[in-house]
Amino acid sequence: MAEFQTHEHDVLVIGAGGAGLRAAIEAAAGGVSVGLVCKSLLGKAHTVMAEGGLAAALANVDERDSWKVHFADTMRGGQYLNNPRMAELHAQEAPGCVHELESWGALFDRTRDGRILQRNFGGHAYPRLAHVGDRTGLEMIRTLQDHGIHQGIDVHMECTVVELLKDGSRVVGALAYDRERGRFRIFRAKAIVLATGGIGRAFKITSNSWEYTGDGQSLAYHAGADLMDMEFIQFHPTGMVWPPSVRGILVTEGVRGEGGVLKNSLGERFMFNDIPEPYRKSTSDTPEEGWRYVTGDKNARRPPELLTRDHVARCIRREVREGRGSPHGGVYLDIAWIKERIANAPDHIRKKLPSMYHQFMQLANIDITAEPMEVGPTTHYTMGGVRVNGDTQMSTVPGLFAAGEVAAGLHGANRLGGNSLSDLLVFGKRAGAHAAQYAKAHGSGAIDIHAVDTAAQKALAPLDRTGGESPYQIQQDLQEMMQAKVGIVRQESELQEALVELDKLKARAAKASAPGNREYNPGWHTALDLTCLLTVSEISARAALERKESRGAHTRDDFPDKVAEWGKFNLVFRRGTDGGMVVERTPLVPLRDELKQVIEEHK
Amino acid sequence: MGRVNFQIWRGTATGGFQEYATEITEGMVVLDAVHQIQAESANDLACRWNCKAGKCGSCSAEVNGHPRLMCMTRMDEVLKETPPGRAVTLRPMQAFVPVRDLVADVSWNFEVKKRIKPFRPRQPDAADGTWRMAQSDVDRVQEFRKCIECFLCQNVCHVLRDHRKHDEFIGPRFLVYAAALEMHPLDVEDRTDELRKAHGIGYCNITKCCTKVCPEHITITDNAIIPLKERVVDRHYDPFGSLWRWFHSTDKASGGPSS
Ligand SMILES: Cc1cc2nc3c(=O)[nH]c(=O)nc-3n(C[C@H](O)[C@H](O)[C@H](O)COP(=O)(O)OP(=O)(O)OC[C@H]3O[C@@H](n4cnc5c(N)ncnc54)[C@H](O)[C@@H]3O)c2cc1C
Ligand code: SF4
Ligand code: SF4
Ligand code: FES
Repeated sequence: MAEFQTHEHDVLVIGAGGAGLRAAIEAAAGGVSVGLVCKSLLGKAHTVMAEGGLAAALANVDERDSWKVHFADTMRGGQYLNNPRMAELHAQEAPGCVHELESWGALFDRTRDGRILQRNFGGHAYPRLAHVGDRTGLEMIRTLQDHGIHQGIDVHMECTVVELLKDGSRVVGALAYDRERGRFRIFRAKAIVLATGGIGRAFKITSNSWEYTGDGQSLAYHAGADLMDMEFIQFHPTGMVWPPSVRGILVTEGVRGEGGVLKNSLGERFMFNDIPEPYRKSTSDTPEEGWRYVTGDKNARRPPELLTRDHVARCIRREVREGRGSPHGGVYLDIAWIKERIANAPDHIRKKLPSMYHQFMQLANIDITAEPMEVGPTTHYTMGGVRVNGDTQMSTVPGLFAAGEVAAGLHGANRLGGNSLSDLLVFGKRAGAHAAQYAKAHGSGAIDIHAVDTAAQKALAPLDRTGGESPYQIQQDLQEMMQAKVGIVRQESELQEALVELDKLKARAAKASAPGNREYNPGWHTALDLTCLLTVSEISARAALERKESRGAHTRDDFPDKVAEWGKFNLVFRRGTDGGMVVERTPLVPLRDELKQVIEEHK
Repeated sequence: MGRVNFQIWRGTATGGFQEYATEITEGMVVLDAVHQIQAESANDLACRWNCKAGKCGSCSAEVNGHPRLMCMTRMDEVLKETPPGRAVTLRPMQAFVPVRDLVADVSWNFEVKKRIKPFRPRQPDAADGTWRMAQSDVDRVQEFRKCIECFLCQNVCHVLRDHRKHDEFIGPRFLVYAAALEMHPLDVEDRTDELRKAHGIGYCNITKCCTKVCPEHITITDNAIIPLKERVVDRHYDPFGSLWRWFHSTDKASGGPSS
């Protein structure tokens, strides 16, 4: 048997993005010992890339805002598949979490009277996103990191968890390897918080980094937890499309929030042509009114560019398909035009969107203050994930918690921009607190050393094999297949094909080999990540096949309409006792009467 | 642009350069080339990256000897500076111990940060526990808070790179960090004593090499280090001044709006 270095913590947090850091801080405040592991260095998780802002009904810019409006917006955006308890807690607790961040040193942009400034974003009725230019995520992760390092948390950087360890039904630890040396480590813990983010690397065109291989979802699934809403993957309408090497990199919705407009090759603002019924009342019908809205006129209605992401992405896809796209298969996003309306527009744009300016200048030779950008949809966010209790964030496996993008429930069928950063704070905090409580109430469990040994052997297999295929090639083929068959618009035959392809890819992955040794070997890491990607890709494809309607981010060509009956269920996947995938239609978490009324009032 | 030759550092401190070639097309950045080589001919080639958009500061390395973010360095520009017939060279940051290939051991930086006194805010301004701050006060500090912790400035600072004063000098990144805290409109902590003693601010002789490489264009020397040096000097060689400050110790935080 191999030697394992063992670490012992009351609470182990897996993932050091906003959710993981917030959970670790809260758990430490609960008086238990806390370990934090992450695949990259501290401060480099996805959260650092978030641009536009963090949604919280502070009502600093528009006093009509309140948690009720935020709640109603979140539910409408999620097409009512959300866990209403989570949407409620999120809307109520986000403002406090933002202030807490400020008390730890975060510096948001200010209103004239010195309070936190808020900006417009798609699907939010009022300006609601606290922000720092277009680098809000950096501000948030750095604040949490700089606060967190003084809370007595043990941080294990560049360390990847490959298996959760159980004692009976309960989770009691995790097996990981450190990337630098490739040595295995056992983490014993009384409670574990998953905060590992999404699955965006399953697709070819994506705004997500190498880390987003669905590890948390896959670990939870194999540990027996329920995964929910896995058919709902958000394609952000505006990613870069040219040059090819930057395809998929995000262009923040903040561009549209600041007045950017979408145009096709005919110069037409095509978003005016298709405004969905639920939003008709609240959407402007003239460019004039749209401009007044983004410049703060409270009587104006929002421009159609700020409709929800699923809808904008589909409209862009339609323009491109019908031949009205830009030269490189996107459409135009124009912020430069605001020079017709305001003096010193270029300065204003550089001030409000500095990293977008820099990104286009550096990577595409485009000056966004002078010319339009070319944009198209990119895989962005995973609404589905580990099914959790709305109050405690505990999964269906005792002792296993989940928070942030890896968890399901808050966003339902579609997430509103800005609702993720607030999600991380609200539910990271809750998960940390409840994990600490759980750890205090339960002793340590026993580690099954045979399970550890088997998992370690399995992890080493790609290194031991020779002559197999390169894991990079398999990952690339998987991404192309998922993009083509489980992408923005889906249909039965393609989804069936996807499942057949997935079987073949799994067989190839089982024979892949990674040359080299255990020390900082990205080929080996890719081979291990691939097993997680394949698990979550299969669940997403199966879920997409199962849901025979179009709703939110899930669009079926063969079932183009929303079906009321389907609005009553979430799709839940779990591993059956025989190891096969079990799918279940689980009735929605019931909506309390007073919340029903809140939704009615803000329709 | 065609096939381009690269000399890439492989292995640890005792490693060496190895030659690779890959096809470069329009718009590619150095990180794309590295990924392509990884997929084609060196599956185990180690490098760090996350965002591919200059936001996370993971992909720092030395390209043709220049410290840069690989994801924001365009191949067409690199080729312009590479003499004809020569390969593009890639190696890890040299001020740190190499881990493997393009990955350097930057853990020292994370330890240094822990030694700097954390943020400590003044009492809230409003009854609801919140603060008021003017945008102009926030702006000044936001420049420093743009830092993506790429550690390129640490890599070029001669105090660390050549003189290896890692035990006595925190380096430009953490002087920026200290400046962000010291000039934070709400902060009431005092770090001047440590800056002089434990953090070794005196080692900096304002060569400005750090400012030149900062991908976030933070004016590290003029805006962060020099004002900090002034504070330290004031505090330590001006007994009357420090007495005055002692009586007005909350003044430092006078960041609220003028109204
Ligand atoms: C470009 C971009 C812009 C965005 N802009 C916004 C915005 O403006 N507003 C908004 O609300 N949202 C935005 N989002 C979404 C938001 O940033 C993410 O959803 C959010 O940051 C996810 O945070 P998290 O804490 O759940 O996970 P992450 O921040 O991704 O952290 C995941 C952590 O888990 C670790 N991890 C993963 N697997 C393992 C493993 N096997 N073992 C150990 N550790 C592991 C990773 O290393 C990492 O530390 C944006 C996303 C992107 C990509
Ligand atoms: S200016 Fe100071 S900190 Fe910057 S590189 Fe020169 S000596 Fe180092
Ligand atoms: S100050 Fe600039 S160069 Fe130094 S770590 Fe920060 S971003 Fe990098
Ligand atoms: S990969 Fe993030 S800065 Fe280069």
